[in-house]
Amino acid sequence: MAPPVHQSQRSPSPSRPSGKGEVSDLKLQLRQLAGSRAPGTDDSKRELFKKAISYMTIGIDVSSLFSEMVMCSATSDIVLKKMCYLYVSNYAKYNPDLALLTINFLQKDCKDEDPMIRGLALRSLCSLRVANLVEYLVGPLGSGLRDGSGYVRMVAAIGVSKLYHISAATCIDADFPAMLKHLMLNDPDTQVVANCLSALQEIWSSEASTSEEASRERDALLSKPVIYHFLNRIKEFSEWAQCLVLELVAKYIPSDGSEIFDIMNLLEDRLQHANGAVVLATIKVFLQLTLSMTDVHQQVYERIKAPLLTLVSTGSQEQSYAVLGHLHLLVMRAPMLFSSDYKHFYCHYNEPSYVKKLKLEMLTAVANENNTYEIVTELCEYAANVDIPIARESIRAVGKIALQQYDVNAIVDRLLQFLEMEKDYVTAETLVLIKDLLRKYPQWSHDCIAVVGNISSKNVQEPKAKAALIWMLGEYAQDMADAPYILESLIENWEEEHSAEVHLHLLTAAMKCFFRRPPETQKALGAALAAGIADIHQDVHDRALFYYRLLQYNVSVAERVVNPPKQAVSVFADTQSSEIKDRIFDEFNSLSVIFQKPSYMFIDKEHRGTFEFSDELGNLSLGTEAADSVVLVQRVEENDEDLLLSTSEKEESGAPNSNGSAYSAPLYDGSSAPLAISNAPLGPHSPPPSFAIDDLLGLSLPAVPPPPPINLNAKAVLDPGAFQQKWRQLPVSLSLDFPVNPRGVAALTTPQALVRHMQGHSIHCIASGGQAPNFKYFFFAQKTEDASLFLVECVINTSSCKAQIKVKADDQSTSQAFSDSFQSALSQFGLP
Amino acid sequence: MISQFFVLSQRGDNIVFRDYRGDVPKGSTEIFFRKVKFWKEDGEEEAPPVFNIDGVNYFHVKIVGLLFVATTRVNVSPSLVLELLQRIARVIKDYLGILSEDSLRKNFVLVYELLDEVIDFGYVQTTSTEVLKSYVFNEPIVTGAAHLPALGPASLFMQGTKRMPGTAITKSVVANEPGGRKREEIFVDIIEKISVTFSSSGYILTSEIDGTIQMKSYLTGNPEIRLALNEDVCIGRGGRSFYDYISSAGSGTVVLDDCNFHESVHLDSFDMDRTLTLVPPDGEFPVMNYRMTQEFKPPFRITALIEEAGPLRAEVIIKIRAEFPSNVTANTIAVQMPLPTYTTRVSFELEPGAVGQTTDFKEANKRLEWGLKKIVGGAEHTLRAKLTFSQESHGNVTKEAGPVSMTFTIPMYNASRLQVKYLQIEKRSKSYNPYRWVRYITQANSYVARI
Repeated sequence: MAPPVHQSQRSPSPSRPSGKGEVSDLKLQLRQLAGSRAPGTDDSKRELFKKAISYMTIGIDVSSLFSEMVMCSATSDIVLKKMCYLYVSNYAKYNPDLALLTINFLQKDCKDEDPMIRGLALRSLCSLRVANLVEYLVGPLGSGLRDGSGYVRMVAAIGVSKLYHISAATCIDADFPAMLKHLMLNDPDTQVVANCLSALQEIWSSEASTSEEASRERDALLSKPVIYHFLNRIKEFSEWAQCLVLELVAKYIPSDGSEIFDIMNLLEDRLQHANGAVVLATIKVFLQLTLSMTDVHQQVYERIKAPLLTLVSTGSQEQSYAVLGHLHLLVMRAPMLFSSDYKHFYCHYNEPSYVKKLKLEMLTAVANENNTYEIVTELCEYAANVDIPIARESIRAVGKIALQQYDVNAIVDRLLQFLEMEKDYVTAETLVLIKDLLRKYPQWSHDCIAVVGNISSKNVQEPKAKAALIWMLGEYAQDMADAPYILESLIENWEEEHSAEVHLHLLTAAMKCFFRRPPETQKALGAALAAGIADIHQDVHDRALFYYRLLQYNVSVAERVVNPPKQAVSVFADTQSSEIKDRIFDEFNSLSVIFQKPSYMFIDKEHRGTFEFSDELGNLSLGTEAADSVVLVQRVEENDEDLLLSTSEKEESGAPNSNGSAYSAPLYDGSSAPLAISNAPLGPHSPPPSFAIDDLLGLSLPAVPPPPPINLNAKAVLDPGAFQQKWRQLPVSLSLDFPVNPRGVAALTTPQALVRHMQGHSIHCIASGGQAPNFKYFFFAQKTEDASLFLVECVINTSSCKAQIKVKADDQSTSQAFSDSFQSALSQFGLP
Repeated sequence: MISQFFVLSQRGDNIVFRDYRGDVPKGSTEIFFRKVKFWKEDGEEEAPPVFNIDGVNYFHVKIVGLLFVATTRVNVSPSLVLELLQRIARVIKDYLGILSEDSLRKNFVLVYELLDEVIDFGYVQTTSTEVLKSYVFNEPIVTGAAHLPALGPASLFMQGTKRMPGTAITKSVVANEPGGRKREEIFVDIIEKISVTFSSSGYILTSEIDGTIQMKSYLTGNPEIRLALNEDVCIGRGGRSFYDYISSAGSGTVVLDDCNFHESVHLDSFDMDRTLTLVPPDGEFPVMNYRMTQEFKPPFRITALIEEAGPLRAEVIIKIRAEFPSNVTANTIAVQMPLPTYTTRVSFELEPGAVGQTTDFKEANKRLEWGLKKIVGGAEHTLRAKLTFSQESHGNVTKEAGPVSMTFTIPMYNASRLQVKYLQIEKRSKSYNPYRWVRYITQANSYVARI
């Protein structure tokens, strides 16, 4: 734990006075000057004010000077005025009574003939943050919004938002939002316009939850006229205001394709801006606009690559990190599109490790048949690096590449070479990787085991690495001559080992070894079970006892339980679900990307408002007219996954890769898709806890009695926005493949044919698309009884006559029944 | 929108502190500083520029040893905030002439005045030095520049060519010179940072140039400026090839992979004659940033060798050769190389008659350091070092040492051959002839030779 840094513990330096005495001195001096009109007074005041503010800066409480400061504030010296305002707005909150003293001169200054003074005074007046003074704000704010000077209007617009935070009711009652709206649409000064937009976004999004009017107004910000009003003068805005406008435009949903291209053409040159924030905001617009246009979306990736890389390499280290985080997100979404740019992701020796880590992940992601050799060679250089954390990451990266490649031959050799480096941490990381590799490619066991067998278990100290080694000893006991004896010596030193993980693995490995080589292992196994049962760790104790009883009951049953024949792992579970990834993508150009978490995981609820309101809203505004135009709304889920499918075969669509669908596996035709089984008693890859509940629910399905057939609402309505949101929120409760009757396939010449047919069965289409042989639909249906919804993604391949559906449901217990009726409805398609 | 802005010294003292929204609890400066200072104990090297503690997001950039920090509770664009922090620092520098702890402390009232206009209630209002001029009334208190450590590329010229006024670029944009009159001048710096990785056999694995054309104008009345680049510059390779694809084979052309421009730059005639037109705002700003991966001749060749010389002994030989013309001189060259962890002693042997060279063995991180004050174009320098080990190496000693990395600065040299052909300033009167300084500088970003 880091020792806390107490400012007070430091020796007092001249610039850091202890406080009390100096403050009362200052008070005295200020009092003497207060009434003085002698020449030079202003200069002495400046010095004293400076002192007060410097105390304030370093955290000394100078609030006791309040009345003296206010008394001295009667001056025409603008520098003095500013210092006084700064002081007052800092302390008014803590001295509400004294703050009243300042109202007078601030109000007077709000009527000064110099617009600069008016603006300054108004800004300070609104910054007092004292609730019982709000009545004094309304008048000056009102005239401020109508002021002839842009500077004053600019200050007033933000002032309204300040007032709203002090007293929302006063702000609404004075009808300020309407005035802001008027200014926003009519003011010639773009900074005034931008400030009105910021203020209105804050006010309306917080009001929207209670007032329908506010929520309508909030939606209206995304209407075509408003958006076009901003877009048409975007170049007049400051670079910062451009970011604000672009953020808004990213939430706008154009009505047709040509509008999309118009906007993109208009904003094209923003991608060449030197300010990274403008470029990222523009990229967000491009990405969001083209979500539903797979080809164009891909072109957007190509187009934004160069500007992003330029930003990464030109700005300060911090700026380039922020951009790199976004590049990382895009690379992870569509690695194929970046596979020829891998050299840009090579690490520089002087880069901070947070940058190197991102780069290593990108290198891992973009590795394919053409560049693997070079990438792995580069990574091997880092493995010998003096920077140990990065060396470890690099080895892990090599392992990950091996796990995702088809031709791992050369990589396995590299990994085995790592073991020859005889550096503890290198050996440790490598062992863990070899274990994972063997689980996926058992055919390599021969080569690996030969090398691993030579490693002295004494050189392996880290629990993870030790566990990996022990697992291999158990799993390949028949191939490693020494296995029983190494295990035996490890078991003898049971007490010196403190990691429960290692103990658990020892127990299991001893069992497996025993099944293959009973005479040699019997003694060690006995010792292990005895030590395990005596262990204070609950899991270790339980596992030892369990094994013991199993063996007592029946050795061959025990073998079937502990060491069943295993299938190779085809895909290791992704650490992040695709829903979470999509959410992060939706929050492009925000902290979510840097933290790699959606905002609800790190932002308090009350502060989520302004950003989040957009998500739902953006789609809602599309509203009614889109609900019946079927073809357009393909926006849903139509992202890079599809983009990827077209470019690579990496994602085996049949193999379950999220936990949600992994449990629905029994529904698969067993022969067609190999299951991702992790070796249950050993698996360190437990599913992420957040999904455990869903999984349990999924599992419990077969146990409940068959539900009654479902009645669906023939007139159900759901707008695309709500659909999209729901689709993101709900887990997949069912996913299955089934054949489609050939007559149905024959009838499926255009996507619309099926849409009409399903409508007849009260299953409504919200989006459809595709061309022969692949058609993709999103359907929804609503239960008549409780209005709960079912959402379905359905892909029909006409050449193989197969359909693939994913069902999400409000009420998961009924999804099986729904899927039955869906299937039966589909099976009637094309029949006379 | 941001909640607070503050500047902390290296020791963690508040130099400037401004709260804009009052929604971040007190003590944020201490919380921040402790986190940054003790980040290492969490097993990482350096605190990332953005992190979240208890719902508060902290952003920081390090500039001249100071921490410029912003906090917020909402989910903002990290690029925007980090860019803003850099920009605030730049505006302050424009006003104070020099950005340092000392100048900030002396001018904190002026800085508050700036901050008041730059951000209101957490929203950025303007970061233009030009615009701010009309709102800011404090006069900067100029600090003595002489004893200050070198700041950024500008100071490089102090040691470089003599004809350049060393302090010119460290003068405030607003303050008047002692004589009362401002000198009419404009500086254009072409700054290139190069990254090269040599393989152990000496051929180039990767190379890149990241360049900036930086401008700082002290011209009154905002005259329009035309900046002409070499006519054979072309932009677009890879990503943008769809509109003007030019094969890089044509020798002589300078092919930039990509570039971006400051807002004030008009590109109307860029496609025709490679000129940039702009009305430079006051203060320092990048006119254009560019990136190039086209092959170029690296300024230095590094050969490094480590060989075992008997039990518990090894010898390192590092040779660097300057491959640029002899009228150019590189300065502040530093070469370093990590040695095997079991190295206990190093004795160095410089070439006879070596001047201005230093050698050191950093015991703590087992690193060899070699410093050279300057290297003239065409020269070659060699360092020999004898290492003593505390244990036998496990066979391959080259796997335990290296790579060799190098930093340097070369004034009046640029690797990309991008040039400013002329700098034309709109004439106001016959006698109007401001000073124009066009300067080139090349620095190492990551210059590495593997062994």
